[in-house]
Amino acid sequence: MDNGLCLQNLAISLRGRELVRLNADIPPGQILTVMGPSGSGKSTLLAAITGTLPREFSLAGRVVLDGEDVTRLATERRRIGILFQDDMLFPHLSVGANLAFGLKADIRGQQARRAAVDAALADVGLAGFADRDPATLSGGQKARVSLMRVLLAEPRALLLDEAFSKLDAELRAHVRRLVFDTAASNGLPVLQVTHDEADAQDAGGVVHRL
Amino acid sequence: MDRALRRGAVNVSGVGGLLGRAPALTLVLMLGPVIAGVLGTVLPSLGYLPALGEHDLSLDAYADLLDWPGLPRAIGLSIMTGILATGLSLTLVCLIVAGWHGTGVFRRLERALSPLLSVPHAAAAFGLAFLIAPSGWIARAMSPWATGWDRPPDLLILQDPLGLSLVAGLVAKEIPFLLLMTLAALPQAQSGRALLIARTLGYGRVGGWFRTVFPTVYRQIRLPVYAVLAFSMSVVDVAIILGPNTPPPLSVQVVRWMNDPDLTLRLRAAAGACLQLALVLGALGFWRLGEYVVARIGRAWIARGQRGPRLVGLALRGFAVIAAVVSSVAVFAGLAGMLVWSFAGLWRFPDALPQAFTLRSWARNGPGILDPLGETLLIGTITTLIAICLTVACLESEHRHGQRPGARALWLLYLPLIVPQVAFLGGVQTLAIGMGLDGGRGAVISAHLVFVLPYVFLSLADPWRAWDTRNDTVARALGASRMRVLWAIRLPMLLRPVLTAAAVGFAVSVGQYLPTLLIGAGRVPTLTTEAIALSSGGDRRVIGIYALAQTAVAFAPFGLALLLPRLAWRNRKGMENG
Repeated sequence: MDNGLCLQNLAISLRGRELVRLNADIPPGQILTVMGPSGSGKSTLLAAITGTLPREFSLAGRVVLDGEDVTRLATERRRIGILFQDDMLFPHLSVGANLAFGLKADIRGQQARRAAVDAALADVGLAGFADRDPATLSGGQKARVSLMRVLLAEPRALLLDEAFSKLDAELRAHVRRLVFDTAASNGLPVLQVTHDEADAQDAGGVVHRL
Repeated sequence: MDRALRRGAVNVSGVGGLLGRAPALTLVLMLGPVIAGVLGTVLPSLGYLPALGEHDLSLDAYADLLDWPGLPRAIGLSIMTGILATGLSLTLVCLIVAGWHGTGVFRRLERALSPLLSVPHAAAAFGLAFLIAPSGWIARAMSPWATGWDRPPDLLILQDPLGLSLVAGLVAKEIPFLLLMTLAALPQAQSGRALLIARTLGYGRVGGWFRTVFPTVYRQIRLPVYAVLAFSMSVVDVAIILGPNTPPPLSVQVVRWMNDPDLTLRLRAAAGACLQLALVLGALGFWRLGEYVVARIGRAWIARGQRGPRLVGLALRGFAVIAAVVSSVAVFAGLAGMLVWSFAGLWRFPDALPQAFTLRSWARNGPGILDPLGETLLIGTITTLIAICLTVACLESEHRHGQRPGARALWLLYLPLIVPQVAFLGGVQTLAIGMGLDGGRGAVISAHLVFVLPYVFLSLADPWRAWDTRNDTVARALGASRMRVLWAIRLPMLLRPVLTAAAVGFAVSVGQYLPTLLIGAGRVPTLTTEAIALSSGGDRRVIGIYALAQTAVAFAPFGLALLLPRLAWRNRKGMENG
């Protein structure tokens, strides 16, 4: 498969004990859901794909993104975005500066970058929020800002680490729909790990159970 | 793709290589002088000192040392003050935490005690001396109505032959240090839950704490306790101010020999320094043995299951609070006393306050203070900057290589705080002279670094390691390089702990007496060396000015460390605890 995220015989072990083994192709716009109880190695799997696996783990197999083997590539060169269960907005930066941190560097000039940030905010119904302190945003607003921050970096794949588990029930379905739809319209392969069946059902794709 | 891969690999190892050398460099700068210095002390003590034409190995220096009539007393003083000061501070800190942790009283005690941490040892000692001297504030407050004294009594309260005032001065300064260390150890001991269970089983607060929390906490504060023991046994500046004179504790006498114009005394000084090192090591061994004994007795005590009488617990809690308040008030009152003295005109005994206040002392000594003030600021700033850069580089390298800090690394950090200063600074000086390096500002800075580095590292390591590394994952997944994450995300988010660590380092540098005196060959005057040089003169107005200036200089960075993050992040609610 030339496009999308391919995990080829990916196996992670800790001191000789295998934790996770996964072989999967995620085409652009599709969602793979990995489910399992806590401690089953879901986050470890994502760490292997982002390239932040702690050194005591050993990794076999390959992560191939759009035909390129990224298994040994530095995290910042992989262009794989990730959303955690916490919004992880940088608390010392304004909403706009958080987005500008994600925005690709080839958009040059202060005005152009500011305009891109403003447009992104407007896209998720947060026009005029650029100078706000992220700590003053509601849970749903924060989730939307972190989604936009990922997209501005123009990733080639998106990972979700229990991304919706901390939102309350009503908001969760809404934010989830927004993330899935945005990923689909951007043609992003998505891998989500979760222990919530509703996340899996809503995604509609393949479900892998650890 | 291949090229990108290779570039990635080169990039990682390039940055990693630079940072990767930071731990080694830090160890060399921190431990190099200690090891070389001990060697440079042991050799002369065995008769090898080429600079003085001494080449023949012999034990003459030790024989000479043994002939000194004051030796037994000096040794006794060193051991007594060390064990007593350490035992008292540890006991009081444990009682304070056992009796009051988690209460409103405790929060107030903590707020009263923690500023004492940054008061330089010498300034605290001067303050205490002003308080308890026969002509001090306490005697004045009680005279003549209670004591009948209309002139200062001829009593040896200060510099008493048993070293009790020295012990008091040390305890007042070590309580805040051990308290901070104990508080840092509490979460890992799960003290809240342990104490709750003990209390539901019918144990009192104090008794329950010592049975359930103390064993775990002590394991974590063992190294700080050892550092306190070694420091109290071999301290020089506080001992000059508060300790007995004839004979003084061993370390003070060794420094006198080191600075004696009679160069042949250098060999005796080296022998004395080695003896001091042996005493500290012996006391540490003795203390370790004591730990086993206490643990044995403690286990039997716990096994008996006796719920002690409520009254004892209450009495201990009361005692703890009184001791904490007294030690805090003593230091603050001492500082206030120095302030009053520095503005005092005529101040007759037993008046509680001077008859008139005047700016004369400040006008006369103000200009003279500027040079040592500038020197203190310059040395403190450069030392702190180097220490912060090295510490951040070490911690960042640890993060990037996914290393876990080990127990051995912690021992290495504490080594410069456990080996007595007299045991290696003299050796460093000897080696420096031997290599033709003259004492100057650079040499003093590198000597300060030996003591500043451990404190900066200890202070920054926990918050640095506690930082949520998901921030790193998110930022790098957005395409930011490791360097960019460090500068744009991690350092700004950790601004407050970085500045606090810098303030700690600066205060440590300001307080250094012996490294400045010995390595600077007496030619690098700082506020601390000048203040202690003045102490024998006994002019309280001048001493007050120098000690106040020293305290202010040590305090100011802590103010900045509180203020700057508040200013920088005034519009960032998420950074309030950052």
